[in-house]
Amino acid sequence: MIRCVTKICWGVQGMDIGRDFNEYDVKAEKETKTGLLSGVVLKGIRYFSLLVILVIVWEVVCRYGAVKSYSMPAPGMIVQDAVEKLRSGVLLKHITVSFLRVLEGFLVALISALILGVLIGLSKHVEQFTELVLQILKPIPPIAWIPLAILWFGIGESSKLYIIFYGAFFPILLNTVDGIHNIDKRYLELGRVYEMKKVRLVSKVILPGALPSILTGIRVGLGNAWVCVVAAEMIAATKGIGYMLSNGRSMSRADDVILAMLLIGIVGKIMDDVLKILSARLMKWK
Amino acid sequence: MSGVENIKRIVEIRNLNKYFRDMQVLDNISLNVNEGEFISVIGASGCGKSTLIRIIGGLETASVGTVLVKGKTVKNPTRKIGYVFQDHRLLPWLTAGENIKITLDENEKDADGIVKKYLELVGLEKFENAYPTQLSGGMAQRVAIARALANKPDILLLDEPFGALDAITRINMQQELQKIWKSENITMILITHDIDEAVYLGQRVVVMSSRPGRIKDIFDIEPECHYQRTGQVFAHTKDKIYQEFFKNEELPFAYSI
Repeated sequence: MIRCVTKICWGVQGMDIGRDFNEYDVKAEKETKTGLLSGVVLKGIRYFSLLVILVIVWEVVCRYGAVKSYSMPAPGMIVQDAVEKLRSGVLLKHITVSFLRVLEGFLVALISALILGVLIGLSKHVEQFTELVLQILKPIPPIAWIPLAILWFGIGESSKLYIIFYGAFFPILLNTVDGIHNIDKRYLELGRVYEMKKVRLVSKVILPGALPSILTGIRVGLGNAWVCVVAAEMIAATKGIGYMLSNGRSMSRADDVILAMLLIGIVGKIMDDVLKILSARLMKWK
Repeated sequence: MSGVENIKRIVEIRNLNKYFRDMQVLDNISLNVNEGEFISVIGASGCGKSTLIRIIGGLETASVGTVLVKGKTVKNPTRKIGYVFQDHRLLPWLTAGENIKITLDENEKDADGIVKKYLELVGLEKFENAYPTQLSGGMAQRVAIARALANKPDILLLDEPFGALDAITRINMQQELQKIWKSENITMILITHDIDEAVYLGQRVVVMSSRPGRIKDIFDIEPECHYQRTGQVFAHTKDKIYQEFFKNEELPFAYSI
């Protein structure tokens, strides 16, 4: 709509040249509309085809006995398992428990990483003060914290929340700091020309400018949190997808294990999609 | 210098020198600009004209010499010295209206009214809620000009403002800028590398030479040039300035037959 208005304005300004372009565009649009539907269908086919091929190959390989069904059950068996667990409500329970854990740990990480990230990004002093410790902590993987977390917090909820927090914290922190540091210097110059006060500069120029990077950090952080919950639950838990995974192993239920793995993947993808949509909403100016 | 002269002078540049490390960029520039005047500064790229305007605007400091605007030494950028950059420099996450609004004084009560007024001045009142990505290059630059003017500056500095626009849009913008200059009665200093633009807009054209940047010559432009860009006088004036840059050039072969 606005593009259209822009063009009309151009037409007035740039005399006939603008109008010619306008007509050309309308024609082009009509032509592409007929091809639009087949385009969507083709895209859909391409999007799902690899998945379908893999499932078919998997099923065929299992049917002809190339692998033992107790080590690699066929997709059909896994679907059966999923339906059973859905009916009994076990599946939903495990997913909800894991999801809520992630949400809690992630939210704490989000808030603290954003606050600290903004402080470090804006102040050289805070940066110098925290730099060394953060750089040493950063390479320690969240999983390496599990033993200590259990010693500190026991095998209850807190130890898992700590691991999730840790996994989500660094990506958000580092991307926030990066986003603020890499802000276009020309915009800071603009702030100088118009004598912007610090509060206005931060809220209207620096933070929105750093937003794309911050959102990337949040996406990576949430992904990490989801990985961490599984790791934490595999070691000490009685509920959750990670528990389902380790329990399946000890019961020699390969179908449970694969089902849990697939769920981790699917839920992770959905969470990322949701964040992608939220990001697009937040950056509607792009 | 008599007192009467002093009042009329809005910008005084005195013996300005600028070095970047050992390299001299500006060599002893002295220039006075009168209130309400339109001055074009023209020079080849790399002649230091951008550095000159950045020093006038307070974005850079002089190595030697001073710049006075309204009798005060310029040390930092201020709202009172309007600055239009070559890129429109609108914040992409704010609408055209918001982009103007956030530059106004925080105590300004009628901010919305000012935004409307200046968008109207540049003919973009309908685009108050459009994001910069939805505007054409020329429109975005007009918003940038409105933003500078909305802060009611004493002078307006324009650093190659139309350099990134296509030829037709550029001519439109030059006409509009001239209209604004007349209606707002504001002193303007324009940096450009376009002889046409310099002559069409400037009452005086300052020609700079390169390495280090010096003022080579200053031309007073006939008023006729400001509305007749195809006339004899315009062509003649352009020719004179052209000679400044390509003095020793031999006549093309076709001319000597």
